[in-house]
Amino acid sequence: MTELDYSKLGLKVGLEIHQQLNTSHKLFCNCDTSLNETFHASLERYLRPSFSELGEVDIAALFEWQKGKKYVYKLPKNSCLVECDEEPPHLINEEALGIVTAIALSLHSTLVDEVYVMRKTVIDGSNTSGFQRTAIIALGGYIEVDGNKIGIQTIALEEDASRKISDNKDEIVYNLDRLGVPLIEISTAPDIHTPEQAEKVAFAIGQLLRMTGKVKRGIGTIRQDLNVSIQGGVKTEIKGVQRLELVPEIIRNEARRQYELLKIKEELTQRRGVTKELILENYKPTDLTSIFASTNSRLVKKELEKGALVYGVKIPKFRGIFGWELMKNRRFGTEVADYVRVLSGLGGLFHSDELPNYGISKEEVDKVKKALNVSEEDAFVLVVGDKARLQLALDTIRDRILHALEGIPKETRAALEDGTTKFMRPQPGSARMYPETDIPPRKIDSKIIELAKNFMPEKPEIKLKKFMDLGLSKELATAMLNSTKIDLFEELVNKYSPKVSPSVIASVLEVNLKYVKSKGGDISIITDDVLEYMIKLLYEDKISKDSIPEILLEYSLTKEDINKLVEKYSKISDEQLEKIVDQVIQENIRIIEEKGDKAFNVIMGKVMSKVRGKVEGKKVAEIISKRMKNYPRS
Amino acid sequence: MSETYAGKALDFLKKFNLQEGDTIELTKNGLILKGIIMPSYSSSDDILVIKLDNGYNIGISVDSISEVKLIKRGEKREEKKTEEKAVKDKSEVIIISTGGTIVSKIEYDTGAVRPALTTEEILKFMPEINEIAKIDAKVLFSILSENMKPEYWIKIANEVKNALDKGAKGVVVAHGTDTMAYTASALAFSLKSLTGPVVMVGSQRSSDRPSSDAPINLLTSVLVAKDAPFAEVTVNMHGESSDTYTLVHRGVKVRKMHTSRRDAFQSVNDIPLAKVYYRERKIEILRDDYIRKKDANEVDAKFDPNVFLLKYYPGLSPDIIDYLMNKGVKGIIVEGTGLGHTSSEFYNAFKKATKDGIFVGMTSQCLFGRVNMNVYTTGRLLQEAGVVPLEDMLPETALVKLMWVLAHETDLDKVKELMLTNFVGEINPIHVPEMYPRWYHDRIRLQ
Repeated sequence: MTELDYSKLGLKVGLEIHQQLNTSHKLFCNCDTSLNETFHASLERYLRPSFSELGEVDIAALFEWQKGKKYVYKLPKNSCLVECDEEPPHLINEEALGIVTAIALSLHSTLVDEVYVMRKTVIDGSNTSGFQRTAIIALGGYIEVDGNKIGIQTIALEEDASRKISDNKDEIVYNLDRLGVPLIEISTAPDIHTPEQAEKVAFAIGQLLRMTGKVKRGIGTIRQDLNVSIQGGVKTEIKGVQRLELVPEIIRNEARRQYELLKIKEELTQRRGVTKELILENYKPTDLTSIFASTNSRLVKKELEKGALVYGVKIPKFRGIFGWELMKNRRFGTEVADYVRVLSGLGGLFHSDELPNYGISKEEVDKVKKALNVSEEDAFVLVVGDKARLQLALDTIRDRILHALEGIPKETRAALEDGTTKFMRPQPGSARMYPETDIPPRKIDSKIIELAKNFMPEKPEIKLKKFMDLGLSKELATAMLNSTKIDLFEELVNKYSPKVSPSVIASVLEVNLKYVKSKGGDISIITDDVLEYMIKLLYEDKISKDSIPEILLEYSLTKEDINKLVEKYSKISDEQLEKIVDQVIQENIRIIEEKGDKAFNVIMGKVMSKVRGKVEGKKVAEIISKRMKNYPRS
Repeated sequence: MSETYAGKALDFLKKFNLQEGDTIELTKNGLILKGIIMPSYSSSDDILVIKLDNGYNIGISVDSISEVKLIKRGEKREEKKTEEKAVKDKSEVIIISTGGTIVSKIEYDTGAVRPALTTEEILKFMPEINEIAKIDAKVLFSILSENMKPEYWIKIANEVKNALDKGAKGVVVAHGTDTMAYTASALAFSLKSLTGPVVMVGSQRSSDRPSSDAPINLLTSVLVAKDAPFAEVTVNMHGESSDTYTLVHRGVKVRKMHTSRRDAFQSVNDIPLAKVYYRERKIEILRDDYIRKKDANEVDAKFDPNVFLLKYYPGLSPDIIDYLMNKGVKGIIVEGTGLGHTSSEFYNAFKKATKDGIFVGMTSQCLFGRVNMNVYTTGRLLQEAGVVPLEDMLPETALVKLMWVLAHETDLDKVKELMLTNFVGEINPIHVPEMYPRWYHDRIRLQ
């Protein structure tokens, strides 16, 4: 597909950046904010939507409830009765309030004068209470990126949700370790107009957050949600983009999806004259089970053996629509199938644009067409399942198809690893927010402002100069400044410099890791702890800095025990080195006698082959020159 | 005008002729904010509470507002009157609401929780109750549990009798949890004969939240009221922190043992009457010495509130007894130490009181176990002074029982006799080792 012209399309993107704060304890209790996978107990719960004063249940909440799942909570050490929803929340964590205040000030935002904690209904079980506690701390402001001011709408402080361990048809298992970890949520205005700009803005905000030195590092600690719309489209929420590099691709795909859906609408309503009435008149789900009695489709057969039925329905004048590609690997049919999967619990659907296929024969297709009275310009859909779910699925399909005449449904989509997205749930309504009455309002007083001064992020240019003053080259200092490991770098410098020079630390974090990646190593297993371990070994003089890239590469490829691996590379003492050098000289005495000083390179090469990674080349050269002097020359 | 604002913020509202519910646009620090003026629940008088379009509330100091304009006048919220309908004759289970958060509705804008216990509202909240029993509900009153009084106990007791007399199989009494055990005891002593179960129920997580324990507690209570074989006053609440089962406790042996957990209610010196599985909708009877159903309902609800519950502590002066006597107290339940002691200094004071016809009964602040005032000298001494050991009765149960007894008898010997009569299982003559909780030290130690 050719790239769309985003300015013509009226692309508008807003970001919601969620970043975990590295506070000493959680937002509403005294448990620490670490990750923890040793459990001492578990709980089983169910959630149900509460009814609002209007008697209306929030649509997103109801939707989760209909799924009727059991939630199992595993209790790690860093969870207490507050996470279990068995004790009211404590007062809001002031350290977190201070950090968010500092960030708000550096984004030129206006602080509220008093903070009100709200409850946002979330009943997918990820919050034991059935709601997420969240509060707006500041409004307005901007961040400047490449000379453009991107508006900030709100800055909120909220509690993170539980971590999902497993999910199946009947129950979801969660770990309570992450529940209650403070999160800052920064929402930008829809001021972003290209996919690439979105990535830059997300990066700039992430960098600012890291500059406070008070945010968590590692996978899952920062999440980007995107709000994307084009002219004539609707604001679609895309949740859970964990990798920054995916942001532009996801936006391109979403813009394309909305663009194609609008084209489908035009095709259906303008060209083909399809109306709501026409679809509804023809929407007569029919039991077609008998046609498939002796089918060769394993998929269908398996279901029929379980007592499932096959239903089909004609969609008039829809030929080609289901096969219409909306984005890479996703057709209109895929969209409808996702609705079916999520809302009815069936595995999906078959549509006429893809049949015969999946073992369904041409003969069967012809019979279906005949039974449903499908003509050349029509389409049909088949669903397989038990009666209750079929009904739900058929209603879902009808509603989604009708929406094709209107354009784009309001929905929340989940980001996928390949840069595409899929339907997750309908967008929540406004009924889901109400006050958290267990927590009194908190004034932003001078105490909080004072606290915030400790966390004010430094300006990048000042930081850059600081890094260069530490001895980093401009190139390395810039790389460090833009690195997600900036605060790890500062932490390590504080702990291990001057004995280990800051440029060595920066090289390990930036240069060595890139090397490992370029050699095909899996850098995801090189955690902050592993990196710190390397620096610590340097500090203790146990390894040489030249050995670090090799150790990391081997570790990332073999995933061996890092402690054992390090032994192989442990540094050898000067005496040991001298012995080796002497031995090599002895073995090659003839060459030295023949070539004199020119034999140096030969000796160097032989010694290095024995000690590579255990001692620096410079040192080897020194010792060789010294020891060679002891031998006669010709 | 505003009812919740005062001081500076109220002056501000008056000055601009604004009130709660109005949509306004204000300018603060160059930033324009639009929202609805909410009722204040701030502790500062300069704060205006605004609900933004995104649903969030924020507090803005009126001192920082440079401009304000009215966008839309708020509509006066009509408080919908819930009509008090006469209880239908054909209901299987009648739910009597006295207050608390068991089934309450949230005012989404203020966050205030108000009780909502009309039949329609309950069924809207929990349609699956229809599958269990035909219910009818009555809001008797709507008071917080801590504001409960003996005079209200009488009203509840009479209402329970009415409900059962009308042919209901059982009655559910929704009640705040803090003093539910006191009310349970009061009903147990007052309702001398019952045709069906009386199930008291509450919730530890208010019903406005998706994780509330109210639905499960209420659903299982209706089931117990309809199908349980016993005819006594019980408390039905979560049996553990998980949403798996509830426990039906004997009203005179139950105590709220935790400030906030769902399973706060536990039988003390006793085991529950039944376990109710929520998903399976199954009642498992745990013992067969329950009180059987009778042919008629009989109520005898009278309470003399001139009693006192005295918790002894080291250093407490016996002068307190003189004070209580001067105040006209007719009976004292002592929550003594261990097996039932106060310091021996109380000997004279108790002697004087009992001589004056004041009942002094001894329970233990240990809660678990029976008092025994024969083991130590002090105990014997106190008995000599006329103090009556009250077996394994819970202090609160003994207190309510004393109120009831004193409303019926004034003769000290008769009072003593009645206090030691086991009316509804408030005294358990046999304690087995399992009637004591064990704590999970090993599970949480050094993980």
